[in-house]
Amino acid sequence: MKDLNNAWCPGCGNFGILSSIDKAIDELGIKRENIVMVSGIGQAAKLPHYTNVNFFNGLHGRSIPVATGIKATKPELTVIVVSGDGCIYGEGGNHFIHGIRRNPDITVIVHNNMVYGLTKGQASPTSQIGFRTPIQVCGVFEEPFNAIAVAIALNASFVARCFSADIEKTKEIIKLAIKHKGFSFVEILQPCVTFNKVNTYAWFKERTYYLDSGYSTDDRIKAFETSLEKDRISLGILYTGFQRKTFEQNLEDCGIVYPVIRRKSNIKNDLLKSLKKNHSK
Amino acid sequence: MNSLNIVVSGEAGSGIQTVETLLCEIFRRQHYVFSTKEYMSRVRGGANTTTIRISDSRINGFCEKTDILLSLDKKGIERIRERITSNTLIFGDVTETEKNSFSIDFSKIALETGNKVFSNTVATGFILGLLNKDKEIAGSVIGSFFATKGDQVIKGNIEALNKGYLTGQEFRKKLLFEAHIETVKEVERELFINGAEAVGTGAILGGCNFISSYPMTPSTPVFTFLAQHSKDFNIIVEQAEDEISAINMVLGSWYAGGRAMVSTSGGGFALMVESISLSGMIESPVVIHLGQRPGPATGLPTRTEQGDLLFSLFSGHGEFPRVIFAPGDLNESIFLTAKAFNIADKYQIPVFILTDQYLIDTYYNIPEPDFSLFDIEYYYLKGTDPSYRRYKFTDNGISERAIPGNSGFVCLDSDEHDEDGHITEDREIRRKMVEKRNKKIMNIAEIERFEPCFYGHENYEILVLSWGSTKNTVLEAISQIDGARLGYLHFSIIYPLPSNIDNFFRKAKKTIVIENNYTSQFSKLLKMEKGIEVKEKILKYDGHPFSVEQITNALKEKI
Repeated sequence: MKDLNNAWCPGCGNFGILSSIDKAIDELGIKRENIVMVSGIGQAAKLPHYTNVNFFNGLHGRSIPVATGIKATKPELTVIVVSGDGCIYGEGGNHFIHGIRRNPDITVIVHNNMVYGLTKGQASPTSQIGFRTPIQVCGVFEEPFNAIAVAIALNASFVARCFSADIEKTKEIIKLAIKHKGFSFVEILQPCVTFNKVNTYAWFKERTYYLDSGYSTDDRIKAFETSLEKDRISLGILYTGFQRKTFEQNLEDCGIVYPVIRRKSNIKNDLLKSLKKNHSK
Repeated sequence: MNSLNIVVSGEAGSGIQTVETLLCEIFRRQHYVFSTKEYMSRVRGGANTTTIRISDSRINGFCEKTDILLSLDKKGIERIRERITSNTLIFGDVTETEKNSFSIDFSKIALETGNKVFSNTVATGFILGLLNKDKEIAGSVIGSFFATKGDQVIKGNIEALNKGYLTGQEFRKKLLFEAHIETVKEVERELFINGAEAVGTGAILGGCNFISSYPMTPSTPVFTFLAQHSKDFNIIVEQAEDEISAINMVLGSWYAGGRAMVSTSGGGFALMVESISLSGMIESPVVIHLGQRPGPATGLPTRTEQGDLLFSLFSGHGEFPRVIFAPGDLNESIFLTAKAFNIADKYQIPVFILTDQYLIDTYYNIPEPDFSLFDIEYYYLKGTDPSYRRYKFTDNGISERAIPGNSGFVCLDSDEHDEDGHITEDREIRRKMVEKRNKKIMNIAEIERFEPCFYGHENYEILVLSWGSTKNTVLEAISQIDGARLGYLHFSIIYPLPSNIDNFFRKAKKTIVIENNYTSQFSKLLKMEKGIEVKEKILKYDGHPFSVEQITNALKEKI
């Protein structure tokens, strides 16, 4: 990795998240040359620049489709989306929904700090009601986007929530998410020390709790109920265990033969034959 | 040259498509056949027409002249009123108040065979009887057309065909009707395809192995064609939630080593524009099939226009290179689409295939294309070492493109970046990166031998210009004008323009451009890029394609 001038603020939750991701990758023993990180726009989206992997730092909100295209074309790559709440839930909300439906075998890590950092402190889709900013002068009045509940409603195959300050536990959950076959969604709560004076480290510490060993991760109704809690915020794996075929498996079932990258045989005769066959229909 | 124009008119969902398919399939085994359709943006009802032109020589222009109108509903005559002459014979659901119109109840005849649903086959048989065509060929076409429906259905349809045929024969004798269209032996071995199939074929030939799109008329048939052939040619096909997702999946696929494309139209393409800019910045190849339809906004969804030339040229914020092809015929649709994949890969740029509803929905016979004229070229690196730099500065601006999975990391950023792909705001690097990106296609026209096609009189006084789908119609119109020395220059490579075209203009005393749009976008491009001024313009923007008659008349007025 080049010695890059890191663009994050001192004390930013991103440092903890980077550390958890790096450790998870090392402990899983995945060759870094086989990892692709896909990110969008925002401070979180700069994360791939600060570690050693292949990356595609694309447009705001569009990481999930890019990751889907990469994984479908070359499934042996480990594909991890890393971006923020504004990128994945706001600009890319439609892709979040349909990515879950499509279920590619990718890991989607969303930094959620409930504020826009890079544009200097406007509301994000997850900002709480009443949150005041230079734009939302009367405070936010939109219902915050509950991505965990949405993911469970869509029957996402792996749904987890972490807190950036707990590097160890976050690392363990990221490891499970990467290992999981299918769309693994990990939301990481993260304080923004510069623009969010409400949802601070202390605020998160007070409200978060880990799901205990008695919690069954395959109970969708229970998971949904847990995702709707108002007074406290659950951490851990909320929902998984429901085996859904991945997008790539579905492609294979539809006749796709990997690798698709290079054609084996000369297709010219087949193409001519198939154009002639068309006529007799 | 003898040709006969049959117009079939009916409501959507009424079986008009069965009649047109059967007639084309039967005729194309004996004659040159050209067929094009125009239809309303609805699933059922409305008024749609298909023009089927049969000929004993290879002519593929769109003619308005109507020799026979086969009207499957009451609206047929009104629908094509301006195309009916005193010589037009009209059959079907008509009131006989019109000259030469004859009411025939195809459903009633079908009922005699036991089932009303055969009425479309009766109508098909009627036309064949009227034209005194070989029934054997028709029988075999019906056999394969209804093959999946079982023997009973085939038997019923053959009976219906025969009944219709007899009625047609009666009229032929009564009206002393004779069509002098010679049978052509060679056509039997030819292909009969439309523009969408040609573009789809070109994509497969070009090595396309990934398509993601969102359905939008008129671009959908290309998407469908690739889906239908996905198993045979190992093509990943995914219908995306929106066009933004579609093109981003495609960019992801190229990054991972795929050869990917999108097929889209006006508003759908508008949604992709930010990602076109992304492809410019990250220097990713991408192939965009843009099936034009009249805008702005939803416009006329099922109709035709050449209105997006300048939009595609300027799509995307910032400065970056691109290539635009606009095939003029089916053969060009195949080979230019295939070439688009090689060019996109070689220069790491977006390449556009500009078609329109007219080209996409137009069928005619073509000789078997010689696919050996084309070879897939792969330009990405098979392996890398840790010193690999995705955006290494080079003389021609093109850096070697690698695929992730080797020891050198492949890093892309939509931000301005350094040679490694990392974000930078360094002014020197910025300046060099802008130059690097933009000089990639500096000499592309010479290197790739981009040339327009010239037709007509060598010593012309008047030079006619057109681009894209108008080619065959203009060619036919020009062949019908006597007494003027006409040259015709057709452009299927739109951008960058071929280099030495100035010579063509120097010889001309007058230049006339023909475009299916209001603002004459191609002549603006000529002015902007080459300083060439074209004063005379023949423009059409009512959502319909030019006809041979319209162009002939308009040219006669101008010369």
